[in-house]
Amino acid sequence: MLLDFNSEKPIYMQLAEAVEDDILKGIFEEETQVPSTTEISISFKINPATAGKGINLLVDEDILYKKRGVGMFVSKGAKEKIMQKRKDGFYNNYVLTLLEEASKLDISRSEIIEMIERSKAR
Amino acid sequence: MSKIEIKSITKDYGDTKALDNVSLTIEPNKIYGLLGRNGAGKTTLLNLITNKIFPTEGSIKIAGEPVLENDKVLKNIFYMMERNLYPEALKVKEIFKWTKEYYLLFDIEYANKLSDRFGLDINKKIRSLSTGYASIFKAIVALASNADILIYDEPVLGLDANHRNMFYKELLANYSEKPKTIIISTHLIEEVETVLEEVIIIKEGKLIEKKPVEDLLASAYVISGEASKVDEYLKDKTYIEEEHMGKYKSATVIENIQYKNETLARKLNLDFAKVELQKLFISLTN
Repeated sequence: MLLDFNSEKPIYMQLAEAVEDDILKGIFEEETQVPSTTEISISFKINPATAGKGINLLVDEDILYKKRGVGMFVSKGAKEKIMQKRKDGFYNNYVLTLLEEASKLDISRSEIIEMIERSKAR
Repeated sequence: MSKIEIKSITKDYGDTKALDNVSLTIEPNKIYGLLGRNGAGKTTLLNLITNKIFPTEGSIKIAGEPVLENDKVLKNIFYMMERNLYPEALKVKEIFKWTKEYYLLFDIEYANKLSDRFGLDINKKIRSLSTGYASIFKAIVALASNADILIYDEPVLGLDANHRNMFYKELLANYSEKPKTIIISTHLIEEVETVLEEVIIIKEGKLIEKKPVEDLLASAYVISGEASKVDEYLKDKTYIEEEHMGKYKSATVIENIQYKNETLARKLNLDFAKVELQKLFISLTN
């Protein structure tokens, strides 16, 4: 988990995304416990209300669930859910930004496609 | 639940108004930052809340009861003052013992544990503590007081970066363990920004802002790029903090971030960035 306090994005959103990232990477596996709001708050030096808000975003989306008296756990199917959500945003977040940067650098569409083809060799 | 209700407080010192008709409610169990420039009236406000001084006009209630000479209420507030008023000849551990006489819930074991963590020798006399350790000592007494309301006036004065970091973490651990109202008056805004839930800003004795940090940060944003294009974006907008570097220009736009014009910015090749609380604070208090 990494948070960027200089980013335009509110900290609670960054936190939610950071937890999602770690679920995608398999650091937090389904049906296992994630750090508590208290742990998150202390280790990132953020207000517990901010940490709680971030975690609650994921609870609302059924990515995390609360086990009474134990803590927060990753829901079954969370990874799939995050992937689906991220795929929906892929065009806006990655493709459009890529095209924007490419136009700044005068890189044509066919050059981009050629780069993608080349990357397959990696 | 110790709600603090400040009603139409004015404090005069001769001809100067240290505080001028300030009304403010401080909700229980939140972490507040009290911000203001030197001489804005921060310490006066804290001294009034803790009944160290008396208001010229107005009243302050805590949990529904007036603070005036009210021991029952005052035993639930711990005020870490910037000045050191502890007897210089006493040892740290003796102060811990004496504090428990008034703050019955004071946790000596926790105070010792914190001293150990910060490397504070409890056998040292107050007079022999360095500026940094005097701050650490006072911060520890406050943390261990178990009061419902903790007030810190410049808590990290003279602390090195590592100790400041430790202090904020201990404060958050303490708060998470047992939620309480915490008010931190400080100049080091950037450093506490993420720790705070709300900020209270006072200027020349008047309350000018009380808002969740998140709302305050959402109330402005920075735009930058080529000067003429930035100017085009800024047309009809309120802005502050213009900065030029050759043809480059940046400015802080006073407008909620949800209204920023991304399409126009893209067309003009401009970049957005987060407003710095520190900069917003300077512009609000100038």
